[in-house]
Amino acid sequence: MKKITLPLTDEQISTLKAGDSVLLTGTMITGRDAAHKRLFELAQNGEPLPVEIGGETIYYVGPAPAKPGYAVGPAGPTSSYRMDKYAPTLLDMGLKGMVGKGARNAEVIDAIVRNHAVYFAAIGGAAALIAKSIKKTEPICYEDLGTESVRRYTVEDFPCIVAVDCEGNNIYESEARKYNRE
Amino acid sequence: MEIRRISAERITNTVRQLFIDCNYYIGDDIMNALKTARGSEESEVGKSVLSQIIENDEIAAAEQIPLCQDTGMAVLFVEYGDKVVVTDGSFEDAVQEGVRRAYEDGYLRKSVVSDPVFDRINTKDNTPAIIHTRIVPGDKIKITAGGKGFGSENMSAVKMLTPSYGVEGVRDFVLDTVRRAGPNPCPPIVVGVGIGGTFERCAQLAKKATFRRIDTHNPDARYAALEDELLGRINKMGFGPAGLGGSTSAIGVNIETSPTHIAGMPVAVNICCHAARHKSAEV
Repeated sequence: MKKITLPLTDEQISTLKAGDSVLLTGTMITGRDAAHKRLFELAQNGEPLPVEIGGETIYYVGPAPAKPGYAVGPAGPTSSYRMDKYAPTLLDMGLKGMVGKGARNAEVIDAIVRNHAVYFAAIGGAAALIAKSIKKTEPICYEDLGTESVRRYTVEDFPCIVAVDCEGNNIYESEARKYNRE
Repeated sequence: MEIRRISAERITNTVRQLFIDCNYYIGDDIMNALKTARGSEESEVGKSVLSQIIENDEIAAAEQIPLCQDTGMAVLFVEYGDKVVVTDGSFEDAVQEGVRRAYEDGYLRKSVVSDPVFDRINTKDNTPAIIHTRIVPGDKIKITAGGKGFGSENMSAVKMLTPSYGVEGVRDFVLDTVRRAGPNPCPPIVVGVGIGGTFERCAQLAKKATFRRIDTHNPDARYAALEDELLGRINKMGFGPAGLGGSTSAIGVNIETSPTHIAGMPVAVNICCHAARHKSAEV
């Protein structure tokens, strides 16, 4: 299990290979469908974004409400492909890491390689377990979006797997093929 | 049979408890299937993913928190006895109030937007719920409730097959739909298949099939055999737990059928993640 400190550095990204199990420690931002749409539209119009994404890792998540005494409610990954329309633009603006679940399209993988970035997969439906590694959350913007607002998460040993590395190796392709018995 | 009176408050309380319970406590059929799959899974990563899912579901039950952040759109199947009258309110309002209280009191995520295309503004209480009601003889109300997550819902499909497609056509459509879904719907999945009826009835049956325990079979031996065959074939696809590769892509295939038209054989495939949540109660 590799321990990785956030924010990611280019050197660290170079050492990550598709299939590596990693534990992330540091801070990342959150955002999913509605926030991506807003950020994308601002970027298209050349307007400044309300959150600095250069060098950041973004987690595709919309948590459940936190019970009293909890830093965050259950917070597992949402399906990443819904962000595929927006991700290349954010990667070209300096986004370095994405955390979600499920396959990405060819445009996103090209943008990962082009920008020396990385895509991590967390386990879908392991929300109560994953929330244990999220220690603190703070609002950044779009609070009107509720669970879809953009927040900063402080994480410790957040478990995930390198799904697409900076060379474009993709475990969703390679692993399913390895176990295909059809 | 005498007319039986049930208070709206009792229905609200029942619905509230069903939604909280189904989001905190995974069914023992699912838990058993996950543990069995962990024993037989070929991939080491797959085994580890299954262990984490099992641990997750145990944490949720022990701490009384939702096992997935997507606590779903609220779906109910109701068998409403025709001798029952709801006093001091309407049945519909009582159910919606139960959903509202469950999602607020249970710390469940509110995931419903009012308008699907233009506004997409969160209703902030997870209403309205989808209620499928059947009027049946009797003086009881049976309610089956489930939170349906949309990662898997989005991978579902309906196809208007025609009679000459036969069972091969059904098989191909189910397998194609699951293959297209691939790693996205949080495998290992539960596949609900609805066959027959009309365009909307087969979709409703497919949803109902996902609400059936996965340790049961269709009572017709031919469909039961098809359930087993499809499960075996899905598990040869290789997607594996969390889509990270392996021999456990599904833990259940449930088929529900209905009479249909001489010209038709509609088929719906409703995909559900491993957090296949549903609970029933009778009032």
